[in-house]
Amino acid sequence: MSFEPFIVRKGLAAALPAANVDTDVIMPKQFLKGIDRVGLDRGLFHGLRYDSAGASVSDFVFNDPRWRAPRFLVVGPNFGCGSSREHAVWGLMQAGVSALIGTSFAGIFFDNCARNGLLAICAAPEQVKAILACAADGPISMTIDLQAQTIVTRDVRAHFDIEPSRKQALMSGLDAVGVTLEHCDAIAAFEAQHFAQHPWIKP
Amino acid sequence: MDSGRGTGRTLYDKLVDAHVVRDLDGLCEEVLLYVDRSVLNEYTSPQAFTRLRAANRSVWRPRATLGVVDHVNSTAADRGALMPDDAGQTQTDYFARNSADFGIEMFDVLHPMQGIEHVVMPEMGLVQPGMVIAAGDSHTTTYGAFGALGFGIGTSDIEHYLATQTLVYRRLKNMRVRVDGRLGFGVVSKDIIMALIREIGASGATGYAIEFAGEAISALSVEARMTICNMAVECGARGALIAPDDKVFAAIEGKPRAPYGVLWDQAIAYWRTLRSDEGAHFDREVVLDASEIEPMVTWGTSPDQAAPISATIPSSAGQADTARALAYMDLKSGAALTDIAIQRAFIGSCTNARIEDLRQAAAVLRGRRVAVGVRAMVAPGSSAVRRQAEAEGLDQVFITAGFEWRQSGCSMCLAMNDDVLAPGERCASSTNRNFEGRQGAGGRTHLMSPAMVAAAAVMGRLTDVRKFSEGV
Repeated sequence: MSFEPFIVRKGLAAALPAANVDTDVIMPKQFLKGIDRVGLDRGLFHGLRYDSAGASVSDFVFNDPRWRAPRFLVVGPNFGCGSSREHAVWGLMQAGVSALIGTSFAGIFFDNCARNGLLAICAAPEQVKAILACAADGPISMTIDLQAQTIVTRDVRAHFDIEPSRKQALMSGLDAVGVTLEHCDAIAAFEAQHFAQHPWIKP
Repeated sequence: MDSGRGTGRTLYDKLVDAHVVRDLDGLCEEVLLYVDRSVLNEYTSPQAFTRLRAANRSVWRPRATLGVVDHVNSTAADRGALMPDDAGQTQTDYFARNSADFGIEMFDVLHPMQGIEHVVMPEMGLVQPGMVIAAGDSHTTTYGAFGALGFGIGTSDIEHYLATQTLVYRRLKNMRVRVDGRLGFGVVSKDIIMALIREIGASGATGYAIEFAGEAISALSVEARMTICNMAVECGARGALIAPDDKVFAAIEGKPRAPYGVLWDQAIAYWRTLRSDEGAHFDREVVLDASEIEPMVTWGTSPDQAAPISATIPSSAGQADTARALAYMDLKSGAALTDIAIQRAFIGSCTNARIEDLRQAAAVLRGRRVAVGVRAMVAPGSSAVRRQAEAEGLDQVFITAGFEWRQSGCSMCLAMNDDVLAPGERCASSTNRNFEGRQGAGGRTHLMSPAMVAAAAVMGRLTDVRKFSEGV
């Protein structure tokens, strides 16, 4: 098993509605100098959490004592664009974020989420709007049921779509490399045929 | 394995079909995809190796992968083997150990072929039409200029690739971007891709692979095509392709790792088949008229916040994202872009630091000086580009004009080394991202072509390069 399976989770949701929040913002460059995954929660949204003098920005969601550590984030369109750095996903998870709800996610980031067990939900714009509307005044309690594919708050009950394979992977928490290595004979057979057809490709 | 998308297949579908090891969902939409090559860098690979070590797994085909130090190294002219800081040193030390332990070739910072990964790979002849190349860097889309499917992956996928030579891959939709007509004087490939990103938005191609076609694309050099494919990820594309032609074959021939002899003839015969079929289905088509494209610059903090240099900064009324961007950039709606003064100029990055880029910038700088108060730097895309530029005397043009002539690396494109903007500094930059803090906390980045950076450096403000008679 490579991560904790996602079945049903409950917690507080916070809103971060800006568009095009890129991975440089989610995990700034100064936190990318490690060779392990530790301590990335300290880097998460660092430029938004602290001002240039190092003081805490009080109205940023991760600094607001009402949330402290939101379990879910409702995000703006094209969240996670930019650099491929998976550190952005690791940082979110280390800070306790378990799912993201938005209208669209950048491709590499979206895949990075799935590979680590972070549920990124592509919801319809009106659903995201409705959830943002209730989250605007303060923290809202939310339940995400991946099995049933539902998001439930006091005021909203929404169904979301997810690719079956992605759902299965998140719910099983299996080690993807291990699963693929069960196909090692197929990979070897493919290679043999691929190199026979395209012999210049063989490195 | 056939995609089931009918007889008329796109180039993208052909490349995916040719690399399907297994159909994972019964629809051939999610597949186990064979990956021909990868390139590793020092900052997105370490955790992949750590997991391989922990699981006691080996690398499936070490010779399919090259390691290059490029992100954290110094670009100082007199740099040595050591990194500018301890953390970067730890990363490069671990990178060297991983490469040695797992049998992967690595170009360290003093290697004669060191450079930015996406510049080095084509220089080595490691990027060839028809290949699938995945790497832990979003700008791997660059390789589409050669008719190779290149895309960026995260560290978990690097681990998966290293252990299995494959990725679990979800097929993209097809988009064609046709650029008809001819580019005007002083307009280059960077302007095409910036115009496209502005047109369709920063997520306009999310979920798509883009095939670029049309007269203006065919007319471009392979290096100019690389700029376009490189930045396609800035509108969300997870793959960018241009059908390979004789220019591409000529660009590969004779490179150190290119096929030769009988294999070359076999390769060429295959490469000539790599194009979309007549009548192939594209889920979306965008058409640009090359003659209408002007030199472009960004004014905001997302690559789609761009405009022709002749324009003014748009209104932020009712536009929260625009207002936020203008506040960060300290700019006002309605101001002319050519009134924006700069303190820094940077030519570098995997987008625009190849030899043609340097030639175009040098053409503008010849006989001119960088404006007083502007610090200007050029970091060639690779050590080979640097040597070539020196052989052509371009280094002297840059130095005489007042530019710093630096060593190769990613440098101030993402500022993971000691090349950074100070808070509030404004930079004309040939790079690919103008995100908040990208080139340094509080730094302000305006994206543009290398010749436009040179023009801005000379004038001390954003400038229309077409005012310089040399053109590009």
